[in-house]
Amino acid sequence: MKRRLPLLFFAAALALGQPLLPEFWVTLLNYVGLGALVAVGLVLLTGIGGLTSFGQAAFVGIGAYASAYLTTVHHVSPWGTLIAGMAVTTAVALFLGYITLRLSGHFLPLGTIAWGISLYFLFGNLEQLGGHTGISGIPPIDLFGWELRSGRTLYYVIWIVLLAAIVASENMLDSRDGRAMRSLRSPVMSKAMGIDTTWYRAVIFMIAAQLACVSGWLYAHLQRFVNPTPFSLGQGIDYLFMAVVGGIGSVWGAVFGAGIVILLQHWLQDWVPALVGKTANLEAVAFGLIMVLVLHRAREGFWPLLQRLAPKSSARRRIEPAEPLPRRPLPSAGSVVLEVENVTKRFGGLLANHAMNLSVRAGEVLALIGPNGAGKSTLFNCISGIDPPSQGQIRFLGQRVEGLDPPAIARLGLSRTFQHVRLNAAMSVLENVAIGAHLRGRKNFLQSAWRLDRDEERRLLAEAAHQVARHGLAEQMFVPAGSLPLGTQRIVEIARALASDPSLLLLDEPAAGLRHREKQALAQLLAQLRAEGLAILLVEHDVEFVMGLADRVVVMDFGELLAEGLPEQIQADPAVLEAYLGAAQ
Amino acid sequence: MDTQIALLLVQDGITNGAIYALTALALVLVFAVTRIIFIPMGEYVAYGALTLASLQSGGVPPTLWLLVTLAALVALLDGVAAWRRGDARSIARILGLQALMPALCAAAVYAVEADKLPQPLQLLLTLALVVPLGPLIYRLAFEPVAEASVLLLLIVAVAVHMMMLGLGLFFFGAEGSRTPAFTPGALRLGAMSVPFQALWILGVALALIIALALFFERSIYGKALRATAMNRVGARLMGIPTQMAGKLTFAMAALIGTLCGVLISPLTTVYYDTGFLVGLKGFVGAIIGALVSYPVAALGAVLVGVLESFSSFFASAFKEVIVFTLIIPVLLWRSLRARAGTEEEG
Repeated sequence: MKRRLPLLFFAAALALGQPLLPEFWVTLLNYVGLGALVAVGLVLLTGIGGLTSFGQAAFVGIGAYASAYLTTVHHVSPWGTLIAGMAVTTAVALFLGYITLRLSGHFLPLGTIAWGISLYFLFGNLEQLGGHTGISGIPPIDLFGWELRSGRTLYYVIWIVLLAAIVASENMLDSRDGRAMRSLRSPVMSKAMGIDTTWYRAVIFMIAAQLACVSGWLYAHLQRFVNPTPFSLGQGIDYLFMAVVGGIGSVWGAVFGAGIVILLQHWLQDWVPALVGKTANLEAVAFGLIMVLVLHRAREGFWPLLQRLAPKSSARRRIEPAEPLPRRPLPSAGSVVLEVENVTKRFGGLLANHAMNLSVRAGEVLALIGPNGAGKSTLFNCISGIDPPSQGQIRFLGQRVEGLDPPAIARLGLSRTFQHVRLNAAMSVLENVAIGAHLRGRKNFLQSAWRLDRDEERRLLAEAAHQVARHGLAEQMFVPAGSLPLGTQRIVEIARALASDPSLLLLDEPAAGLRHREKQALAQLLAQLRAEGLAILLVEHDVEFVMGLADRVVVMDFGELLAEGLPEQIQADPAVLEAYLGAAQ
Repeated sequence: MDTQIALLLVQDGITNGAIYALTALALVLVFAVTRIIFIPMGEYVAYGALTLASLQSGGVPPTLWLLVTLAALVALLDGVAAWRRGDARSIARILGLQALMPALCAAAVYAVEADKLPQPLQLLLTLALVVPLGPLIYRLAFEPVAEASVLLLLIVAVAVHMMMLGLGLFFFGAEGSRTPAFTPGALRLGAMSVPFQALWILGVALALIIALALFFERSIYGKALRATAMNRVGARLMGIPTQMAGKLTFAMAALIGTLCGVLISPLTTVYYDTGFLVGLKGFVGAIIGALVSYPVAALGAVLVGVLESFSSFFASAFKEVIVFTLIIPVLLWRSLRARAGTEEEG
């Protein structure tokens, strides 16, 4: 509750202040609220998901035009048109999302510019929608027989909707689905942790579109008149300005940014012509200039600057005790967990893996060693589904997995770490580890938006906290993962992998960057996991570490199997010595 | 519709398509080297055409004042930075470059009666006035945030576009301008007549495309730009000054934009905001080329041009809708081919 105190103050000030405000400010605040509603969607889409859209104004237009058309021509009630508008938005967003979301980041903004323009010209050229003159005579919203005719009454509706959207978004981001959304910028890691990135991209695209649609619906009933102009590309650009200037990383940045952009545009419209004394469109020049200067000084937007002024709230959260999550039954010790058979991986003409074979048993540590460039990481990527093999079979717990995508393989009980650490640097250690437990939760974003997921969330966080503590990082649980030394970040990756409760753990150079003591602790932990029945496949260059820990060793060179055996055998193998040290003269 | 109209539309489409192809090339170039989605591209087209028109009507093109102001700002910023370093030679070089270039332009505009000059000289003067705006704007707006995210660069690009558009209206007014053709008349090919200006456009487009290819394949600067596009940090470690790469790219983009402007203004009336849609259609072409392949981007742009001319014949009210909806099947095709989002955010 204490966390919500500033919000409650803000809401109370808005509610109590309204009667005191002159008409002009009420109108302005209405537009700030409508803009902020769209910008909140953009914060989710762009700031969280990394998907840039210039086309949100088109969704605002769909919401506004759906209501304008249906209320004036077919006399549907505004509440019915809201549902209709959202249905149309759903259809359009599904279609546009389907064609654009799977592309890399830069196509989306260009694509959105294109459909933003298309829909704008469509609004202006369809006779049924009143062409460029638009539609007038839209009825007001009717709330239990009370008609919301004035801007002053709609003010409450707009700000209640906006604050609800903000609270729901914040709740959603602070949950299992939220962590998945915040990881969308590193898709390889997300997928390896079982996160269906395509689904989450679609979800935030849809949320952003629906928020825009609701903003449009409110706009139509505030103005009681629509024409194409407010839904043009230019307005879509303004929405993006709001989100970026306010601070694209936080939903409150959207409100702040909407306030800045709308007030600034308003003042410039008043002042610039008065100063220059011309009717030229110089306020746009001044606006652009101010935006460039602001972005040069505050790349993250204004909200983070404001937050720095506020007293530091302790990020430390209490970990509440919770019933442990159910665990998957581990395969019986000694049974084969992973079998790699004749796996070949080609990159164009390069043969990275050639007819590789290996198998890993439950309760065993298998070390995969070999000189740099031998193809070890490539084999890891084949096994975990990130880069499927060109030929050969991979069986995990008796099931063929070489055609499956990484989330499907993760679901079967495989987890991994990466040679180049892939953590979410801004998230706390605890949250990073909780991403590993993604597949052990069920609650979705709709439930978390309204805090219906707290029971499960407690259990997920307790599990993550357990893993963090087990790796000796309890002190660092609440610091941003990016602030840790690289060796410790590798340990966080291991904790994250273990939070998924795997049957097989793939570790890519886990000991790199660790000090001697830390290596010993890691070896102890891995030995303990082995005793619990986990199968571990690890790539490592530290020979002492490998020979002390591994049950068996597989040596790769030039993508092929060079030798296989017990650590002592490998250390004496002439072929291995030659590969590492060169031929003895 | 008979064959003659169809031929006319194809010819018109290819001519426009060549212009879109040039803008698409510039956009791909800028994005590849600097990661900037270059929204203000179209403004160079409009500035080029309107500056030429202003010269031909015997006036002083207002672009000159923009050039002088921006050069002074750059001289101030760079000069102060050099002074803080205590680098006297740099100060001299900076002041020399930033004062000399606009001064020469101003002298040229004032000393000669530009409207009486032969047309090639007018064109050269236009280029001298508009092209330096490219590197100057890169220095002022983009260089301070060159390492920022693609999103931030995009937003800055949009802000620069708004400024240039607003200034365009202020400088040139809301009326459009047309300039005389490079070579008046038309070539008769049987029943068809192709204006010489259209041939100029095709010729310049082809020449520029070949010149760019040679530049990137053969020259050391071209190779430096390619290296910067592939890996900024690596290029810098190899001693390539990446700021230079940014400025050079913007100079080339501005050159291409200005040329497009002076090439189309004999065929169509150019307004202060004409460039934006030209640039966007270049974008559609560039998207078809996935911002990576120059030849495919050029072909895509020609396709956009042809589609535009046919749709303006059949459904002129929906011309823009049709052109910009073309992007959807293209994106669909690309997304079906793309391996679902394995790229890491840069």
